[in-house]
Amino acid sequence: MAIRGTEIKIQGLTHRYTPRSPVTFNRVDLESPPGEALAIIGRSGCGKSTLLHILAGLLRPTEGKVLLDGKSVEAPSPRWVMMFQAPHLFPWMTVSQNVGVGLSFGRWSKQETEERVTEAINLVELQDFSKSNVQDLSGGQQQRVALARSLVMEPELLLLDEPFSALDAFTRASLQKDVRSIAKRKGFNIVFVTHDIDEAVIMGDRAVIMAGSPGNIVHELDIDLPDPRERTDPAVQALRTRLMSTFQEAANYKPATAVAGAGR
Amino acid sequence: MARFSDFAPLAALQSLPDLWEDGTIPHALETTGYRLGTGLSLAIVIGVPIGILMGRSRWFQQLTNVPFQFMRMISPLSWEPIAVVVFAGWDQAIVFLVSIAAVWPIAFATAAGLAKVDPAWFKVARNLGAKPWQMVTRIIMPAITFDILTGIRLALGVAWIVIIPAEFLGVTSGFGFAIQDARESLEYASLMGLVLVIGVVGFVLDSICVLLIKRFSWHRG
Repeated sequence: MAIRGTEIKIQGLTHRYTPRSPVTFNRVDLESPPGEALAIIGRSGCGKSTLLHILAGLLRPTEGKVLLDGKSVEAPSPRWVMMFQAPHLFPWMTVSQNVGVGLSFGRWSKQETEERVTEAINLVELQDFSKSNVQDLSGGQQQRVALARSLVMEPELLLLDEPFSALDAFTRASLQKDVRSIAKRKGFNIVFVTHDIDEAVIMGDRAVIMAGSPGNIVHELDIDLPDPRERTDPAVQALRTRLMSTFQEAANYKPATAVAGAGR
Repeated sequence: MARFSDFAPLAALQSLPDLWEDGTIPHALETTGYRLGTGLSLAIVIGVPIGILMGRSRWFQQLTNVPFQFMRMISPLSWEPIAVVVFAGWDQAIVFLVSIAAVWPIAFATAAGLAKVDPAWFKVARNLGAKPWQMVTRIIMPAITFDILTGIRLALGVAWIVIIPAEFLGVTSGFGFAIQDARESLEYASLMGLVLVIGVVGFVLDSICVLLIKRFSWHRG
């Protein structure tokens, strides 16, 4: 099941939670070609998570639009699936029921469901746990179930909102590699939000840095590294250093509106 | 003349075989059980959707909070004179009293359960393509089964307390009537025997609820 990714075009995206609240981010433009793994890096509060929610159709932008293959995103859809920091599994379902829950919302035959669920569970290497109660799994295993639950829909785009930040370092590292390799094998896009430079370098084809308040994209950097990527590889280390210094520069970034507003 | 010794446990226990043999207990179980079951079922059918609306819709919660809290504090039995006028028969009136007693614990427990539900579950389900009715049947209902059953358990307790005095008037069947009947015919041993049976039935019903909660709850610990 090779999937073609999707061409993402974000045009003039502006967001504020209510008409009176401050602008979260202002006129963001961003493009990503089919199959790309894009990292969005930024400090807490720069609006990167909000941007991801808008991409998923879970939030509406105040202005501007998100186009996927030229079509505007108006609502959530199983074609673009979001993964969160916590797995948010349904505790009254087994592992395979959790993985198949998205299919159960649609019109899928029992046989198709079973096949796809089995494939997704194999992808995340949880074959031995398919009948387990999800409450018996470790945090890393639970996040794998959440990944399989997203993958079973065969999305064109997988959105990840700091999905591994609650895991221990080893589990995180292995999941980062897995997500990248599955995405590359299947061909879907990923857009992930992180404040972890390592994560961006290990998982991304390209990183954009968001900063400021209201936030905007202030830098971008191609992560042109061969797979598989090892943390200890000097090339990975070098890119990490570059990205880190770019990020620190960006931290000093002052958006034009903030400067203009200073004279009030 | 009544002897006080008739109220003693031994006399009460000795009356039980007769009460069973002459059909008093089986008949009371049947009629009171029917009224309780009907009233409780109505309370569930009405209370759970009200609770879900209260938990899901802010404006509904704000609109109804004061009237519901107010109605909740009205003793269910005080509706009796009104109920017998409104309903065609005493049976229906008693079912109504049971329902109005039971509906509040169920509605409030449902709403409180829903308020505790992880909002991300809704986001995940919506993202994976859940339609609104699937959200209710596949996510909300299983998520709050524990809370609904806990509400039903509370409601059953209240309903069981209410139904006995409700049967003191009007009807010629049920545990309430049987107690009145025993009192009027000065059969104090039977009266005490019935009191014991009422306690036992209530305890058994509550235990069944506890078993159901254990069986259908995904909560750990």
